[in-house]
Parts: sequence; C-alpha cells; structure tokens
Amino acid sequence: MMRYLVLLAAVASMGADQRKPGSDFMGESTRAMQRDDSQNPAMLWVGDGEALWRDKVNGKSCAGCHADAATSMKGVAARFPAFDPHGKKPVNLAQRINQCRVAKQDAAPFKPESKELLGLESYLALQSRGMPVNPPQDKRLKPFTASGEKLFFQRMGQLNLSCAQCHDDNAGKRLASSPIPQGHANAYPIYRLEWQGVGSLQRRLRNCMSGVRAEAPPYGALELVELELYLAARAKGMTIESPGVRP
Amino acid sequence: MARALITMPKSAKRGEIIEIRALIGHPMETGYRPDANGKTLPRDIIRSFVCRYNGEQVFGAELHPAMSANPYIAFHTVATESGTLEFTWDGDNGFSQTETVAITVSG
Repeated sequence: MMRYLVLLAAVASMGADQRKPGSDFMGESTRAMQRDDSQNPAMLWVGDGEALWRDKVNGKSCAGCHADAATSMKGVAARFPAFDPHGKKPVNLAQRINQCRVAKQDAAPFKPESKELLGLESYLALQSRGMPVNPPQDKRLKPFTASGEKLFFQRMGQLNLSCAQCHDDNAGKRLASSPIPQGHANAYPIYRLEWQGVGSLQRRLRNCMSGVRAEAPPYGALELVELELYLAARAKGMTIESPGVRP
Repeated sequence: MARALITMPKSAKRGEIIEIRALIGHPMETGYRPDANGKTLPRDIIRSFVCRYNGEQVFGAELHPAMSANPYIAFHTVATESGTLEFTWDGDNGFSQTETVAITVSG
C-alpha cells in the first residue's frame, strides 16, 4: 500500500508543471508593486502607449485601423514573435509595431528601447495580461525556434556559460545575492528597478550576454528574435503578467 | 509634460480617511552619476511635492537625490468637503507640474 502511494505521488509530481514565473522568485514588496497598477511604474509607459495609439501621424493613427486596443489587441502580444511573410523571418512585437509605423503611417521607425516604442509595446502587452503565452503553430517558424533553442544551450563569452546553465540547471539558487529565476519571459516589457525604467526582453537578453562577457547582438538581430521564439515556446501556456516589475 | 498617475476615491463620506497615491514619471538624476564619456550628469530631480485640498495644504514632501526615478508617494487625508485636490511637483530646471482631481464628499 505504502509503495503504491509513493508511486502515485511520484507520478503526480511528474505531471505537475514545474515552471515558475520570475515573479515567484522576487520579494513580497516587488510582487506588490507588480500586482497593483497604482504602484506599478510601468503604467506610466502604458499611459504613453495609449496616447500614442490614438495620436494621428500623417493623418493615420493606430486606433484608426485597429479601433479599440482592448478588443482588437487582446491576445496579440501572447502570439509574438510571429512569422513575417514579407521578410520571410520572425519578428517580435516591437518590430511589428515599427513595420506598421513605417508602412501605414509613413513615419520613421521608433528607436529600440525608446520611450515611445516601449510605451506602445507595454500598452499592447497589457491587453494580453492574464492570458496564456501562445506561440503560433506556424511551420515556417520551426527552424528559427530550433536556432533559438540551440543558442539557449550554447556556451558563450569569457565566462563560457550558456543560458541553460543558469536558468535550467541552477534556477532557484543564487548568483551572488540575487535569486536565479527559471528565465520565463511572460512579463515583458518589464519595469526593472535596477534600470529605473521599462525595458524589453531583448534588453534583458543583451544584459545577460554582457554579464557572461559575450558580445551581445544588436537590438533587432535575428539571433535575439530566435531566442525570444524559443523562450515563448518554453513558456507556452504560462500566464502573461505584463507589464511586470522585476528587481 | 511628465505623465502622472493619481489613484484616490472619487467619493467618500465626511470624516472618512482616504488613501491617495501619486506616481509621476521623472528621471530623478542624482547629479553624481557619470555619463558614457565619464562626464558627471547634472542633477535633475523633483525637489518638492505638495497636495492642497481646496487650497489648503494637507501633505508635503521634500525629495532628495538617491530617491528613485518615477517617485511614488502614498499618504492619507481626511475627506472634509467636496472639491478638488491639487497635486504639485516642483523640481530642478524649472520643472513644475500640477494635476487636479475632484472628490465628492457626502453626509
């Protein structure tokens, strides 16, 4: 009987989702900041994004085509990165926003990590809050996701570390005084206290890369989008928390 | 103009203690940090925050370097009468911003 119970418990633990969002690894005060929109400084960026959504540029606004983001953009951020049939490669949400801006509004693209781009990205990500990460089941994405996965396990930099060595093998332990999360990207863009501002997933990835003394690819590089794709597949089904707060 | 978010009840009973939360976008540059070229960035902070309830000051704060960017200030006051609360942030380089929020007090 006892042996049977132990076996049952083992089966149950195998079936349970062992994945935890980064917010599970942070202190209670930081969690409280994320939980409450009136305390979450990322809501300042969301406010900027909402204003930009309505602003007309060359006679056209985002809202002019897409109407109310609360309905038209619900679940959209959950599906990015997605395949771009024109460029024949994956694009992330920020790149998709800039594509629209250049093609439809006939305006110069926003700079990476600019207040405007992060504002729109945060505003759109908020429309998917509470929904599961939902990477598209698009066959054309498969080779790119595979490259991203390869990069995740690739040792790099002078410290010769891969993403997996920290975020798979040593998650839950500490790097100096900071807990190592499992590396699930379900809360981006994030307000990071260390940055004193909002940043994208690519900023975080480039941060990690310079942390292991590797040369980080520039913003928008295909390698980073591929890594984002793999991370989306890895976090599939996890609840979106955007805009998150992180220490 | 900076973006400010004020969270407070739209209505309250007379004598009720209400919580007010004020968040404003500001870099709060300390004046001690070097830029990419090693040159010290000039100080740019909010120096003071004041809340006036129908013209009368009910809360004030002095802000200093080393306070975080996008400062968040939460405080309480007593709902005395209907009217407006006026929030003013003043700072370096002539920074000044005022936001007003109406409140209806019953009873």
